[in-house]
Amino acid sequence: MTFTDKLKTNPAALWSGVVLIACALIALPFALAMAGTTWVRVTNLAILFTLLALGLNIVVGFAGLLDLGYIAFYGVGAYVYALLASPQFNLHLPFWVILPIGALAACVFGVLLGAPTLKLRGDYLAIVTLGFGEIVRIFFNNLSQPVNITNGPQGISRIDPFTIGSFSFSQNEVLLGLNFSGPIKYYYLLLLVLIAVIVINLRLEDSRIGRAWQAIREDEVAAQAMGINTTRIKLLAFAMGASFGGVAGGMFAAMQGFISPESFVLVESVMVLSMVVLGGMGNIWGVIVGALLLSFVPELLRHTVDPLQRSLFGRLIVEPEVVRMLLFGLALMLMMLFRPAGLWPSKVRQRELADE
Amino acid sequence: MEIFLQQLINGLTLGSVYAVVALGYTMVYGIIQLINFAHGEVVMIGAMVAFSVIGWLAANTALPPLVIVLIGTLAAIPACVGVGYALEIFAYRRLRHAPRLAPLITAIGASIVLQQVAMMIWSRNPLGFPQIIPNTVYHLEGATITLVQIAIIVTSVLLMVGLTLVVYRTRLGVAMRATSQNAHIAGLMGVNVNQIIAATFMIGAALAAVAGVMVGSYYGIAHYTMGSLLGLKAFCAAVLGGIGNLAGAMLGGMLLGIVEALGAGYIGDFTNNVFGSNYQDVFAFLVLIGVLVFRPSGLLGERIGERA
Amino acid sequence: MSILLDARDIGKRFGGVEALSAISLTIEHGEIYGLIGPNGAGKTTFFNVLTGVYRADSGGFSFDGAPLNVSAPHQVAVAGIARTFQNIRLFANMSALENVMVGRHVRTHAGIFGAILRGAGTRAEERAIHERARALLDYVGLAARGNEIAHSLPYGDQRRLEIARALATDPKLLALDEPAAGMNATETATLRQLLERIRTDGTTLLLIEHDMKLVMGLCDRIAVLDYGRKIAEGAPAAVRKDAAVIEAYLGGELA
Repeated sequence: MTFTDKLKTNPAALWSGVVLIACALIALPFALAMAGTTWVRVTNLAILFTLLALGLNIVVGFAGLLDLGYIAFYGVGAYVYALLASPQFNLHLPFWVILPIGALAACVFGVLLGAPTLKLRGDYLAIVTLGFGEIVRIFFNNLSQPVNITNGPQGISRIDPFTIGSFSFSQNEVLLGLNFSGPIKYYYLLLLVLIAVIVINLRLEDSRIGRAWQAIREDEVAAQAMGINTTRIKLLAFAMGASFGGVAGGMFAAMQGFISPESFVLVESVMVLSMVVLGGMGNIWGVIVGALLLSFVPELLRHTVDPLQRSLFGRLIVEPEVVRMLLFGLALMLMMLFRPAGLWPSKVRQRELADE
Repeated sequence: MEIFLQQLINGLTLGSVYAVVALGYTMVYGIIQLINFAHGEVVMIGAMVAFSVIGWLAANTALPPLVIVLIGTLAAIPACVGVGYALEIFAYRRLRHAPRLAPLITAIGASIVLQQVAMMIWSRNPLGFPQIIPNTVYHLEGATITLVQIAIIVTSVLLMVGLTLVVYRTRLGVAMRATSQNAHIAGLMGVNVNQIIAATFMIGAALAAVAGVMVGSYYGIAHYTMGSLLGLKAFCAAVLGGIGNLAGAMLGGMLLGIVEALGAGYIGDFTNNVFGSNYQDVFAFLVLIGVLVFRPSGLLGERIGERA
Repeated sequence: MSILLDARDIGKRFGGVEALSAISLTIEHGEIYGLIGPNGAGKTTFFNVLTGVYRADSGGFSFDGAPLNVSAPHQVAVAGIARTFQNIRLFANMSALENVMVGRHVRTHAGIFGAILRGAGTRAEERAIHERARALLDYVGLAARGNEIAHSLPYGDQRRLEIARALATDPKLLALDEPAAGMNATETATLRQLLERIRTDGTTLLLIEHDMKLVMGLCDRIAVLDYGRKIAEGAPAAVRKDAAVIEAYLGGELA
């Protein structure tokens, strides 16, 4: 009997576990704030990247399509938010209007990219998506001429934070003696979105469409013979993944208050891909673990390896940024070579291993 | 007309580099149907090693410039061959029968690792090409062509001729072609398939080393990030020509260079200056997407872009 | 009996090779129709043309009274033709049950929003898919193996799972590409019972098979292909005596 099976037979234990985890997640930002608000921000970015990884997991993990330009959809979402809620065009629409627009815009881009290319073989598709990601970034960079839309490489600043009425997510507020800083408020918002996205992912996985995605991943010819319109179903995966990216992008723009093309480079796509690969493609919990690991470990290293190097050698020998990148690169290589199913293989692959 | 001729010359120069790099992609693809995504980084390593050697020699010896560049290139070749061989052995060999996406993912990982290692060795700052080659400029119907450009075009033609001779006139070439037709049967016929695949990687890497010197000397700098975009464009060139096809890679490289240069030169005129030459990098990807969607076989290849 | 599938003058060339030349045949409702012939006779090509993998160069099919116009392979299943594969193509890393559930895709409707919102309609449909898939596993004798991963099943079970998955699409015509290949005598006998039962329950069968004993004993009618041409058609007893057929097989297997 596995651990989860035991939990299922004991609802009291299950619920007390859920309550414990919920309390921990609610208390977490205050504990982090004691170590410094930076850590709350780091956590927020980690959650944001988890959202991205879960979106990419639909495309790469469920449907088996390698998308190397995923960050472009994140960028589209971020720019849509920035353009509609900043002094750039003097528009200040509320976030609940913009986020769906951003998701829709990203979705449209996903379909535009997918429709002509999804019949390509997997590795070609990967390169085409990579090219698409670069094209989108080049446009972000250059659409300041002749009409200034994106403000070019300088990016867009003074982007509105999320506000509901007079409640702003960027201001400090003291409630019940607790100091709710901007990042802490965003933390709760992100947590809610994350839970929603996890639920959506779980439901998608265990649905008619989710099974069709997996069938295509396993054997496209057989899937067609079963009457699955593979082009359409793959396009759905692309559109879904892109929409998730669009929402995450909008949140990123609001949280940071500033965006520039720098944030949407190829390396970021690779980073999200590493998270999906590290955790185990197709496994929702694995992907979450992968995303959190690859978000926090570099930060922890930054705060440990740096001082260590300085005290040992008197100077910085390996920059933290390099360590971070090496971590992503090595994660991709070593996982594919030695543990292709990921750190936390999906239930399907677990059963596979149990058989052997 | 002057613009046209000038952009044609610039395009041919860049196209020569693309062609030589594209040969590396196409050879490996032809033999094991793998997109060696890290190939662009091999070019970068070549440029960095060559520039280090050339820089040192230029500062510390009084050798003639041509000899210095030659020594630099000869130093870069073994370095690149080593990297190419290591990639094959460590990153790809284990995955030869894995699903197609697995080696592509390791390749992406490998290229990031190579970039970071290069950054640790050579720092974030670009390496400059010492001013040793006289910047002679020849005038041609209102356009200009530099000595470096001529050298690049001539070198790439020589490399392509050389490679064609290797593939069609040597035992190694026969074994390579046999392996690309059917690796299993070639193995049964006594070809050491692993050796041939490794050799293919190494030849591609040697070409990449020279390409690195060419592109570095053209722009005057070498930088640890120079490989990825160049590699991608060369891959586009290989697909344009028909991946797996040597002549296709050469043709695709030249064409892509010309398309880019002419595109950059004329896009402003055609779009009323809404788009400028800063969109130059977009052309390669548009060509790639266009080719894959409308003619997956490329100009000279067989239909292989679609799902088998 | 009425005609279910009517193939008229089906032709297919590969380069200079004429793989199928003007094949005409009709399959009637409720029969088991066998397609046999020596290796390379064009059986599998015919099969692939019928199921939309290749497009015919000439001729056409009508199915259940309407022309069968197929521009993509998935439309064949929509029309009511399900198939199995000569070299088993299950969704290897999904469970047996999930494999059959995928087969229900074409007869169910829940989309993305249904999946996310999980309203009453979607839940009812999911339940129905589950129940139907379980029933089909039971039908082919795999009731106990629903949670096992498809590629870990024994060979004979994999063949039967493929049949269950095909049946899940509610086909009018079930096309089987060498279902007995690689099976031992016991497994073949079980398979034969299963196929007879499927026919009794109302599904028409098209069978490509090398196992002559199985074909002769099971099929109502047989067509024999040789070098892309139909050289004989009729009841097994008649085909067995046909001079052209004996010639094609060199008298060996049929004697």
